Amino acid sequence: MGNKLLEVKELRTYFHTFKGVVKAVDGISFSLEEGEILGIVGESGSGKSVTSFSILKLIEEPGVVEAEEILFKGEDLFRKSEKDMMKVRGREISMIFQDPMTSLNPLYTIQQQIEEMLKLHGNFNEGQRKERCIELLRLVGIPNPEDRLKSYPHQFSGGMRQRVIIAIALAANPKLIIADEPTTALDVTIQAQILKLMKELVYNEGASLILITHDLAVVSQMADRIAVMYCGKIVEEGSTDDIIKNTAHPYTKGLLNSIPRLNKNLNRLEQIPGMVPNMFDLPRGCKFAPRCKYSKEKCLVEEPKNIIVGRGHRTACHFPLKEGYILD
Amino acid sequence: MTTSAKSQQPKEKEDISIKERLNRIRSSEFIYNYKRNIPAIIGSIIIALALFVAIFGPLFAPQNPYDLTEIDLADAYKPPFWQEEGDSRFILGTDDQGRDILSGIIYGSRVSLFIGLTVMLMSCLIGTSLGLLSGYYGGKIDSLIMRIADIQLSFPSMLIALFIMSAFGRGVDKLLIALTLVGWVIFARTVRGETLSLKKKEFIEATKVIGLPNYKIIFKHVLPNVFTSVIVISTIKVGDFILTEATLSFLGVGVPITEPSLGLLVKNGFDVLFSGLWWVSVFPGLYIMMLVFGINLLGDFLRDELNPKLK
Repeated sequence: MGNKLLEVKELRTYFHTFKGVVKAVDGISFSLEEGEILGIVGESGSGKSVTSFSILKLIEEPGVVEAEEILFKGEDLFRKSEKDMMKVRGREISMIFQDPMTSLNPLYTIQQQIEEMLKLHGNFNEGQRKERCIELLRLVGIPNPEDRLKSYPHQFSGGMRQRVIIAIALAANPKLIIADEPTTALDVTIQAQILKLMKELVYNEGASLILITHDLAVVSQMADRIAVMYCGKIVEEGSTDDIIKNTAHPYTKGLLNSIPRLNKNLNRLEQIPGMVPNMFDLPRGCKFAPRCKYSKEKCLVEEPKNIIVGRGHRTACHFPLKEGYILD
Repeated sequence: MTTSAKSQQPKEKEDISIKERLNRIRSSEFIYNYKRNIPAIIGSIIIALALFVAIFGPLFAPQNPYDLTEIDLADAYKPPFWQEEGDSRFILGTDDQGRDILSGIIYGSRVSLFIGLTVMLMSCLIGTSLGLLSGYYGGKIDSLIMRIADIQLSFPSMLIALFIMSAFGRGVDKLLIALTLVGWVIFARTVRGETLSLKKKEFIEATKVIGLPNYKIIFKHVLPNVFTSVIVISTIKVGDFILTEATLSFLGVGVPITEPSLGLLVKNGFDVLFSGLWWVSVFPGLYIMMLVFGINLLGDFLRDELNPKLK
């Protein structure tokens, strides 16, 4: 513990389109320690998924990724060639996608799909590969893995497919797994199972996890630290406890208030008024100011700087809900 | 690496392999629907018969129309056998040089089918590869390939084929090139479209994320997923190519007279069609019609069955 696995500094991903430049990710910095689970939370279009693809340098035209550096195990991914990145993808960093129904190729058996990863990243012979496939399927809790190897994706339910996808992601023993809304498409009952499984596996395999979701309730159960994104920027980052109990940014507060609670007798769920601004026409000052009930004149003209509000807890807000100081 | 995966499967599946697979195919929805689709069955019977005749025809054809020793000018313009002056040796009558029409059709269908199938294979190969490249890589390659396709589509394909054939002269080889040049476009456009939509699918993105090289993504993951469309177009297009070839030959810019296709046979009898000698043109014409009809029946079934959008 304590070793930095991933350090992203000033990552910017801009899409240069006909209608103008979309700053999908606009100068975000965060880091991840070995064995840590980082949750990235935000609404749709806040740049969560683009962040993960940017780290793997899989942004396609017209997107452009820029970063001061993206340090992974001390190596700068941003300056790596495409050929070197091929070796990082899958082997060092793997991804789990949102929709298990479309993440597996319908034409191949799951054994073929797990083996594809093993063939790319590892020296196994046929027998070893098969054993590893069985081992992986058992690890993710698929009953009778020997019999299921020859099954096709359509023979699995959504939850089971997501388990297979997790097995593929784990196949090459990656150091970092990025899970992009891994449970959004699943039943609530299955969600809990999959999350528990992922947490266990990450812990047992000594990997780190970036969990991307729009569901603050999901990350709060899982993550060690949480980064809240809004309009391509990280508005608050801190330990899970701090984010939930010592919330500093009004947006985070809004997200927390909009989680339904059974123990409180509320007639109406609180909501954040307004909508996510148009990405072509972002507000000049704080991006959240137009929707913020605490906003003052300063918020509308000046972009807020990062303010340290606690140990390892920072927020980008002129008037944080918690006392803090500006770091120069 | 791909081959090793394939070669190992039969070994492991030995106990269940062939029988199991056949059973699975037999009980599939595709076969179930096929058995209940009478036009498709008729189409396949026609195609099977036509292929049989084309391959083994020379073994049982009454005459070899290219063998001068078997032809007698005295037999010229004999009507079909059921007419008064008919000769039982020539079931469908003879042409101006005393060649048996039935044998002519058997030999001519070999040329027509050969051209149709070869052009289909060549167009499919070229069109599918260009479509995959175009859809997968996008950008300049895509613009270049698609603009060429657009230009070609802005002319009637018959006009282009006619132009090429008149410029280079008759010949089966030239015909193959000309028809392929007009035929690849539809493959390229369809495959490109499908590739574009596949590229957005998460399982293709997932293969990029695990660091699979592009050529493997294209051949192992994109190509098999566009294959159903390719099969459908290929089937329907064979009929098209046979018709185009027949038209070109009928116009006199197709196959040389030494290798007459069905279209050329129709042309041979066309001059005498209205002087009562109808059988010289009509029988080859009917054969073309039946052949293309059969191919289209099967093609329509495949299109409805394999296209998930129509289900």
